[in-house]
Amino acid sequence: MVWNRHEYDDIPGTYVFDGKRANSGYALNRMAFSFNSEANRKEFAADMDAYCRKYGLSDEQREAVLNGEFLKLLHLGCNVYYLAKIAVFHGLNVQDAGAAFQGITADQFRQKLLDQSAGFQDRLQQEGGYWHG
Amino acid sequence: MAKIIGGLTTSHIPAVGNAMASKLEQDPYWKRFFDGYEPVKQWLDEVKPDLAIIVYNDHGLNFFLDKVPTFALGCADSYQNADEGWGIPASADVPGDAQFSWHLAESLIRQEFDITTCQEMLVDHGFMVPMNLFWRQYEQWPVKAIPLAVNTVQHPLTSAARCYKLGKALRKAVESYPEDMKVVVIGTGGLSHQLQGERAGIIDVDFDLKCIDKIINEPQWMADLSNDYIMEKAGTEGIEVIMWMVMRGALTDRVDVLHKHYHAPISNTGAGVLLLTDAES
Repeated sequence: MVWNRHEYDDIPGTYVFDGKRANSGYALNRMAFSFNSEANRKEFAADMDAYCRKYGLSDEQREAVLNGEFLKLLHLGCNVYYLAKIAVFHGLNVQDAGAAFQGITADQFRQKLLDQSAGFQDRLQQEGGYWHG
Repeated sequence: MAKIIGGLTTSHIPAVGNAMASKLEQDPYWKRFFDGYEPVKQWLDEVKPDLAIIVYNDHGLNFFLDKVPTFALGCADSYQNADEGWGIPASADVPGDAQFSWHLAESLIRQEFDITTCQEMLVDHGFMVPMNLFWRQYEQWPVKAIPLAVNTVQHPLTSAARCYKLGKALRKAVESYPEDMKVVVIGTGGLSHQLQGERAGIIDVDFDLKCIDKIINEPQWMADLSNDYIMEKAGTEGIEVIMWMVMRGALTDRVDVLHKHYHAPISNTGAGVLLLTDAES
């Protein structure tokens, strides 16, 4: 009984959502999916611990949900789109979670995005044919 | 006979949906991004397509992870947007064309694309953000639409090569429909972004521009890329660019570029827009 290894396993800081993670995170993601319904969101908000137990999360998963430990949630099989549905209960969005994964502030995270995109309009001029307004 | 009159691409970032709902188009952060859609909107207004086939991925609205079809086609007369759990306002229902959809399903399956047919299909931001980007200025949707969902969420995923072939099959399917209809195919998602892990927040402008150039001029280059390579360069969610290849396959080998637009960052993403047509000469 082994999980296949993949080339993408070697990409650092990356948790490709494959069968291994889908399997271990199933209950967790199933709970997050239930948050598409407002009634379920209310029930969760009223007693998060009980709601996690109802969906059969492991103790580790339940604690990570309650404490908003986002990187740990990835380790425990949470899919990032489903993590987004959990993050809102901590007043956060996917970008905030992106910062949390690497222990930086949301402002630092946004600066990182800006830094990588710096000079993109010059690159468009070099390429040619791009809309410039 | 139905005819593909153009191929469009766009990112489908949820933050863009929120920006449109909050009417932030003139806000300094958003202005250049949204302005770059105006020429496409103008073209759509002139050519007035009857139907848009929108290639997108569901992010946990219609498909939970219990059943994940690699390719799924909406086969309904109407598609409903719904609550995704984090507050993007719902858009009006989008009219479909069940007869056209079932024709596509028959043709695609005959061409060995064993697609999942969906008589009920909730459409999430992956579908609605493009609809709104191109057509929100109308009081009612001026086109019918058919959702074509590609799994880019739960691996193993299909490939750029397979998406390119699906586009070619889709063209044959469209062109064998007896009714005169003008169709656009819209490839959505991408470009570079990674939402998850310590590597979250990567944007690779050079790779994005290379993808845009190759998708236009040498789609086989793009088709030959492995998913591992694309994820390493463009991020785990940047893999969505494979859906642009469905659009590309639906056009002729050589294309005319009517519009090309890029902006970064938008939210976490390098955002690209294309308007391509079959080459005239």
